[in-house]
Amino acid sequence: MVANIVLSEVEYTHIGKRPVRPDGVDKVIGRAQYGPDITLKGLLHGKVLRSPYAHARIKSIDTSQAEAYPGVRAVITAQDLPFASLSKEELGAGYQALKFASDHVLAGGKVLFKGHPVAAVAAANPHVAEEAAKLIKVEYEELPPVMSVVEAMAEGATLLHDDLYTSSLGETSQTASNVAAHARYEKGDVAQGFDEAAVVVEREFQTASVHQGYIEPHNGTAFWSADGQLDVWCSTQGAFTVRSSLANVLRHPVSKIKVTPMEMGGGFGGKISIYLEPLAALLSKKSGQPVKLVMNRVEVFEASGPASGSWMKVKMGATTDGKLTACQAELALDAGAYPGSPAMSAAMCAFACYDYPNGLLDAYDVVVNKPKTQAYRAPGSPQAAYAVESVVDELCEKLGIDPVEFRLRNASKEGTRRIEGPVYRRIGLVECLEAARSHDHYQTAVDFQPNGKLRGRGVASGFWFNRGFVSSCNLTVNPDGTVSVVMGSVDLCGTRASIAQQTAEALGIAYEDIKPSIADTDSIGYTFITGGSRTTFATGLATINASQDIKQRMVERAAAIWEAPVEDVEYVDGVIQHKSDSELRMTFKELAGRTLTTGGSITAQCNIDPPGEGNSFAVHVVDVEVDQDTGKVDILRYTAIQDCGKAVHPSYVEGQMQGGAAQGIGWALNEEYFFNGQGQMTNSSFLDYRMPISLDLPMIDTVIVEVANPGHPYGVRGVGETPIVPPLAAIANAVYQATGVRMQSLPITPGKVLDALWSQNGS
Amino acid sequence: MDWIDFATPKTVSEAVELLASKGDRARLLAGGTDLLVQLRGGRRSVDLVVDAKQIPELNELSYSAQNGLVIGAAVPCYRIYADNAIATAYPGLMDAATLIGGIQIQGRATLGGNLCNAAPSGDSIPPIIALGGVAHIAGSNGSRQVAAEDFCTGPGRNVLQDGEMLVSINFPTPVAHSGASYLRFIPRNEMDIAVAGVGTSVVLDASGQNFVSARISLASVAPTPVFAKDAGESLAGKPVSEATIQEASEKAIAAATPISDMRGTIRQRNHLVGVLTRRTLNIAVERARGG
Amino acid sequence: MPGPTHVQATINGEDVNFLCEPRQSLLEVLRDVLGMTGTKEGCNDGNCGACTVIFDGRIVDSCLVLGVEIQGREVTTIEGLATADGLHPIQQAFLENAALQCGICTPGFIVASKGLLDGEPGADEGRIRHWLAGNLCRCTGYDKIVRAVLDAGEKMK
Repeated sequence: MVANIVLSEVEYTHIGKRPVRPDGVDKVIGRAQYGPDITLKGLLHGKVLRSPYAHARIKSIDTSQAEAYPGVRAVITAQDLPFASLSKEELGAGYQALKFASDHVLAGGKVLFKGHPVAAVAAANPHVAEEAAKLIKVEYEELPPVMSVVEAMAEGATLLHDDLYTSSLGETSQTASNVAAHARYEKGDVAQGFDEAAVVVEREFQTASVHQGYIEPHNGTAFWSADGQLDVWCSTQGAFTVRSSLANVLRHPVSKIKVTPMEMGGGFGGKISIYLEPLAALLSKKSGQPVKLVMNRVEVFEASGPASGSWMKVKMGATTDGKLTACQAELALDAGAYPGSPAMSAAMCAFACYDYPNGLLDAYDVVVNKPKTQAYRAPGSPQAAYAVESVVDELCEKLGIDPVEFRLRNASKEGTRRIEGPVYRRIGLVECLEAARSHDHYQTAVDFQPNGKLRGRGVASGFWFNRGFVSSCNLTVNPDGTVSVVMGSVDLCGTRASIAQQTAEALGIAYEDIKPSIADTDSIGYTFITGGSRTTFATGLATINASQDIKQRMVERAAAIWEAPVEDVEYVDGVIQHKSDSELRMTFKELAGRTLTTGGSITAQCNIDPPGEGNSFAVHVVDVEVDQDTGKVDILRYTAIQDCGKAVHPSYVEGQMQGGAAQGIGWALNEEYFFNGQGQMTNSSFLDYRMPISLDLPMIDTVIVEVANPGHPYGVRGVGETPIVPPLAAIANAVYQATGVRMQSLPITPGKVLDALWSQNGS
Repeated sequence: MDWIDFATPKTVSEAVELLASKGDRARLLAGGTDLLVQLRGGRRSVDLVVDAKQIPELNELSYSAQNGLVIGAAVPCYRIYADNAIATAYPGLMDAATLIGGIQIQGRATLGGNLCNAAPSGDSIPPIIALGGVAHIAGSNGSRQVAAEDFCTGPGRNVLQDGEMLVSINFPTPVAHSGASYLRFIPRNEMDIAVAGVGTSVVLDASGQNFVSARISLASVAPTPVFAKDAGESLAGKPVSEATIQEASEKAIAAATPISDMRGTIRQRNHLVGVLTRRTLNIAVERARGG
Repeated sequence: MPGPTHVQATINGEDVNFLCEPRQSLLEVLRDVLGMTGTKEGCNDGNCGACTVIFDGRIVDSCLVLGVEIQGREVTTIEGLATADGLHPIQQAFLENAALQCGICTPGFIVASKGLLDGEPGADEGRIRHWLAGNLCRCTGYDKIVRAVLDAGEKMK
């Protein structure tokens, strides 16, 4: 059985090994403290009152009955946010940004999605808070909801915001619009490119809103002290982002806000934005007691940040020998209620796997009456890849070229310039395609029609940028020779392990001697979110750099002890030694034991913002079986191949590839937000929002292709985003091979497959 | 959740008295896998929850060739499928008991609760109907019996009056050469609501080549589970063949009155009724033949 | 409105007394009344398995049990698996197989797996996937979880 393969070029002592993660025991015995687990003396519990309508004007809110309800300690509405008492003149250019941010937290004039917070209550227990919230009377004037990008972009569409204008190619529109932004990327001459093509395929695609689906609901606990100090505990991918978002919405200085990130029960991009934290803060300020808020699952679906639904049109042309001549796409991604969809990143990712002479991309960020979208693993890239990789599959079919071979002929490589400008450094797409082609999975023919069921195979590739951004690490050498690594990066899925491994490698000491921990915002330098496949890379660089400082300071200390010149002392594999006097030699532990009596602790820190990208590419191969009587698609075999750079902890790298593939499979087959005619979500539960369960998936085989990232001393690249990019198209392509129908709308539900099969039969 | 009171009666009469005292503001709690979710989500509101699980009659699970099968209203699914004799005699019921929710749900959920919850999609109801299950009801005005097919009256509604409760579901002993099956269609492989479901039971003659009788019941294709009487009766006296099974499946489709909603369309559901009727009949026949 | 109810039960082998309102679920009681936060809430409606506990020998979703229902009965939670001698074989297998990422579903998976392996240590992949169908994991794609349970089963034989 083929399972997990690692194609390594370089071996290290700690990097590339599979140790038990430092936080593992706490997590398997139930001791790890996640956001909802916190309790504080005098803790109150909050409940949010949410809009039942997708689009409505708030005419009045009466909180008097809730305030009078026994056990209630505080009630808040948008009137309690600083924005309510700030004028447009005072805020100047920042007016609209603050309005959007404040309104998102608590609706002021209008509610823009079902589940939009309107008020919140704090009470002695969650049941009383819930009872009291029901007593708040809100009068609404219902407005027609706008639910899709197509509807929102249409002439005369109902507007969500009367003061939102389109920012398009450097200009701002004269009239208000639901299109917040339009961006264009262009190279060469697409018209000429299509003229040169022997085959041109142009198709439209749509994808539904989907949710990250983390199992832990959003939560936020806050205590606003009488002296103005605000302490916040929450599950977040970025404590510093929470701090700056709170400072913005609450108009409170960052120096008076301390955010403590708790253990995180899954984020995938969805736990970056603030939801409950500012409400807990305001309720605490009003009540004088700490307040905890936790969403229920309905609230998570209806009022956190799903990924964009999309409408896309892709046109690609190629010569008879399978060389791309032109690539064109229009991509409209819904942003939900406030601007900010990943349309631009979708555009940049769309053709990133290909080297082509002529290209034109138009991207639209469009507001609709859905919850404001947030990042979801490689934001924008899965949608774009679904459209592009489906069209590539059709080109391959028309040209009679094997899909892996076609991709090899057009693959991006070192020196290829992406349409928006950057030139690739050393990348591993070609290596991934070659690994796919030689893999047992690809080499084993599909048994097309066993027992009357239909089978097919699909292939697709995918891309993510992997930029670095800011990270901080503080290292301290403890007297027992261990090293504490304090970092600002939250640990989503093995960060402590991967940082400890890199530190151990850099210092040449044992992995078990590294003690990683995650600090609050008062105790470490600014660190950007854990997300975007940046953490193992950028925080890794920070700890490696700080480790170099530690080594230098250990050398200096030894030199001082030996009364020798610093330049005569060296640090080799965890040993500090005199270059010429072999008597003068101390292990790391020996010197650490002497630090407190020879000048004090040895510490080092690093704050880093690494330049450039460490791009990661993936190729996925999937075999499906389609039951033609029911339209159901089952995944029979799945192989994920990815250039991960040097895999620091291969087990967790495989875990990322498997988990991303599983999310992509869900996105492809069953996951979607259902809205009724009033714009209300009708499937806001794990029962009806159908994420894959254990029985829906086979083992997911992986191939880690290690093409070293030139931007990292050990060649590390980010991993987590790319695996969700290829599955959507890979599965659609497999369903096509099985059934002969092209599925141009996600998800590929049994009902859609049946409809497609019926149309194919003309029935 | 709003405040509730909780009572744990030890006898049927005590339970009936408690239920009668609160009318429609009281509800019997068996496994709680529907009721607690409904109370928490605000879809149902009661003042009193009456625990069914300490009443001996509601915990009865017995099977004998003389008396058939008695499943107390508070017997969780796992107890049913853990009983080898019952599992062997009523495979159609096992099909449902083993697919309601996951293993955790089956540790609590009851067929009685599934029937009383009266969801059109209730997975155990079609096999209960197909196997000729009878609801034994106790109430302040005495006891009565209602055939399973007459028990559900609308989505979430049943024949129970205020002060009445389901005590057990009773089944006749399977006759020789009989078999049953339940299948549902769901997009996932477990943990899902039926887009459509079909339960069938058949009695064959000694040769195993002809239908003596058959009962067919459908889920998720009408406001209540459907007893497709004509579809079953169409098989009586007919040979087991693709044609007769096809005819029965068409009659089953005729008995369905589905709607289009987020789980499926009318056309899809009718089509699935046909597919599942054919598939369950084939399985039931195979089981009747001792396969 | 009457006051809370007194309940006596055995939790992780210890005799426990507590007060709770009838509307409080066993999950709420464990987390908010008894401070045992190892059992996690994911959905509160029986569809994710994060709150799985063993109740009189059967795995159940503790969000679908009322606290008052455990009167006189026995409950085992994730906190009851490890002993002074060390981790339970399933916990050890989850660590060694990297079967957790964020870890929020982990207690539920481990307790559910115990419910299977105590009686069927030889459960194969298909049986394990079926048994764990009521436990959602969004991070791993289940691959390493299933391998960990297979591995733990070997050690528990």
